[in-house]
Parts: sequence; C-alpha cells; structure tokens
Amino acid sequence: MKPFTLNHAQSANEALASLAGGATAIAGGTNLVDLMKLQIATPDELVSIRRTGLDAITPENDGLRIGALVTNADCAADLRVRKSWPLLAKAILAGASPQLRNRATTGGNLCQRTRCGYFYDTTQACNKREPGSGCAAREGFNRIHAVLGTSDACIATYPGDMAVALLALDAVVHVEGPQGARTISVGEFHRQPGDDPGRDNVLERGELITAVTLPAPTGGRQIYRKVRDRASYAFALISVAIDLSMEGDRIARCALAFGSLGTVPWRDPAVEAVLVGERPSPALFDKAADVLLRDARGFGKNDFKIALARRALAATLHEATKG
Amino acid sequence: MVQIFARVNGTEHPLPQDSRRTLLDWLREDLGLTGAKKGCDHGQCGACTVLVDGRRINSCLSLAQLHEGDEIETIEGIGGADSLSTLQKAFVTHDGFQCGYCTPGQICSAKALMRELAEGWPSAVSEDVAAHPPISGEELRERMSGNLCRCGAYSNIIAAIEEMIAEAPGTPAGRQDA
Repeated sequence: MKPFTLNHAQSANEALASLAGGATAIAGGTNLVDLMKLQIATPDELVSIRRTGLDAITPENDGLRIGALVTNADCAADLRVRKSWPLLAKAILAGASPQLRNRATTGGNLCQRTRCGYFYDTTQACNKREPGSGCAAREGFNRIHAVLGTSDACIATYPGDMAVALLALDAVVHVEGPQGARTISVGEFHRQPGDDPGRDNVLERGELITAVTLPAPTGGRQIYRKVRDRASYAFALISVAIDLSMEGDRIARCALAFGSLGTVPWRDPAVEAVLVGERPSPALFDKAADVLLRDARGFGKNDFKIALARRALAATLHEATKG
Repeated sequence: MVQIFARVNGTEHPLPQDSRRTLLDWLREDLGLTGAKKGCDHGQCGACTVLVDGRRINSCLSLAQLHEGDEIETIEGIGGADSLSTLQKAFVTHDGFQCGYCTPGQICSAKALMRELAEGWPSAVSEDVAAHPPISGEELRERMSGNLCRCGAYSNIIAAIEEMIAEAPGTPAGRQDA
C-alpha cells in the first residue's frame, strides 16, 4: 500500500470536514483495503467513519432507517428486516461470507467497486481505473460482464447483491455533503458508465452516505434468486430480486430488479408493466423477458447471460406466483 | 500522535503506528501471534479469520488502527497444545484437517458460528429468514463457506462442528427444532 494518513472522525460533521478536504471515507474497508493493496485505490488521506454513530436501525414512519455503518450481518440479522423486508436479508445473506458481512457496511456496500478482472489488473487497459486507457474487457475474458447498460468505454457490472434488493424495495439513500443533505433513490444512485466509467455513482466530492431508508413493507412475496458458479461465496452471474403480490389469479403488483446483468443494478418499469394485471403463464414470463432483454448485447464470453436471464426470470416469476 | 490500544486474547497492546498495517500483519509480525494465517491476503480464503468482539472477520482486510478498544481473539486465545478447547479437540477427533494451514481460521470461524446460531441468525439456505434457523449439514456448510480448505477436509470439519453442537444441548445452538 502507498502511505496514507488515517484520521478517526468522532462525528458525521468531523467526517464531512475531512471529506471536504479531500479525504476518502473508510468504514469496514473490505473492498477499499483490498483495492489499496493492489494500488488500484491510492488515497493520501483516509477518514474512518466507524465512530460517527451512524450504526443504528430505527423505525421511521412505517418503514425503517438503516444507518450507513450498520454491518451487512447486523442488517440481515435484524428481526424487523427479516419479517417485513425479507428480500433485503436474503440478498445480503446470498453475498460474500460471514466474515465479510460482519465488517462490510450498508453505505460501503453501495459503493463497492466492480469485480472486472481488467479493473483489478493494473497492467491492463481499464477506463474505470485509468480513464482514457481503453477497455480490455470488450475483446477479452468478459464472462462476468454486463449485457445491458454498457458503453464503448466500459462493460463492467456492479457486483453486489444488497443494492439489487434495495432497488426492488424502492429504498432511498440519504447523504450529507458540502451542499447540505439530500436523498437519492437507489435507482438513481449508481451511474451507467457512458463515457465516464470512473464514477460508479452520483455521490459528489465531499458527500457521505448517512443512511438508507426502506418504505413501508408491501407484504408481497419476496425472493432473491442468485445464479453463480458455486453454491456459496461467489459473485452473481445473474441475480433476480422480486417483490410480488397476487390478487386472485392475477399479478397485482410486481417489483423486479436484476444484479450482474447490467452495468448497474437493473430495474425496468416496462417489464413490470407487462406483468401487472395478468395471469402468470410461461408465455407471459417469456414476454417479460423479451422486454427486459430487448436491448441486451453480449460481448462473446458473456452471451450466455442473455439466455440465462430469461430462464432466471421465468424461474423467479414461477416461484413468486405459484399457489 | 496519540497512542491507541486494542486487547488481544485478554492483554492490552498498543496498535501500530503505520496506518498501512493490517490487523493480520500486526498480529503476526508485531505480536508474534502466527496462528492466524495469510492465505490469499484478499479476503477470499478465510485463513486469517479472527474474532473481534466475538464476531469473525477477515483480519487481512482490516486496518489495525481501526481496532481501537476492540477485544480481539485469535486461535492462541482459544487454546494451545496443552489446553485444547472442546472445539479444537473435536477437530482432532474428526481429523478436521490435513495440512492444517486453514485450521486456525476454521476454528475461529466455527466458534463465531456457534454464537450466530445461538442468536438465531439466518443464512442463505434458511427456508424462512424470519425464523430461528434449524441446524443441518446444509446450514453448517453454508455458514462455513468463507473458509476454504485446499486439502478438502470439509466433511470432517463439518463433523467436528456437528459434534460441538450435539454436545451443547442446553444452548439454543443445540436445539434441533428451535
């Protein structure tokens, strides 16, 4: 690691002052420390936000406020989350390992960076790591890469699970920064790469995530289906998060989000519109997949994801709508 | 610079001055506690697993200076050659290792797992995440998936943990149906 100074903020305001001065925030560090070891991240100054008190889960209106420092493990173990937003617990538990979940935090997990092998290999071209250097993944080993939301500059996925569930649950990210406090829906938090893949999300310089809020529970059937190369402790090839309610034999309401399919956690209202008001059937599920994948484009090794997404969607919809 | 401290196996130690020092390197290089192993050094293998305030973490991915005031337990604190813990004895009984490199991490991980089960934490294979999880081989395998064993002693590791759970019938972790 390159040398850096490490300061310990005792409050969110102290942290914000350091961030305004150019420091990088560290919470659990499970992603950042790894990137620093590989010199993919080379901050001069870190500010630890571990003692800022942002580690509580509290009821808010009919929903829940999850502090940015709540660990993934504590969030998934919280009985309120497990009972009323089981999708979130399921997605978190499908990710990483118990050791990592004990350290990784809610805010940090939203900011985790891609697992593209070329991003991790500093001898290779990567526009996300080094803007303007090119993208080795397009012509390279791109089996884990995105088929939606890609650009000429970048085809890397956001790799996480938690954010996919938060997207389906209409969660909101709360941030504070030099311009004051603001809220960002999870669906608007991550940025598609466009011609500026270096920025993964819409956080501005000096901004700090303070919490994520969940709206009132929907009471729907919630499933997180993660397809991966081994049964546990692996990133998704594709994941599907669903929160669905039936009325009689018809789909009354449906929120669907996809992980590792696009460059960002992916949600497409047009897919949900196909499903709502209809009777579940293989033909309907296929129609939903047609809409979801209408602009999908593979890059060779990841072509299989297009067919896999269709099957994963059908399987998830089948499970969510069966009697 | 203000000196900050952490407790390791019950003894207070000053944390390192170098901000780059990971918890793992501090334990191994500075304190001479070489039980926790450096396997991948990237949080992918679990050989470096130690307990912080009773919870398991990858010590390779944690900066030592972030542990001010923490209570850290390593395999040396769990038991030594002349004072094997019940869990360590179970690993010996069931041959829960071959080369032994991953074993300190496996045992630290298993100790934390017992507490997580007792507290009713669900896992990715729990049918109902809102319920107190049942104990099954599938549950234990999922919960130990953060510790790799290149020798492939997995089945014996699970057998050792199952024995531990069976021998603690009074605890919530020992209940089959709770």
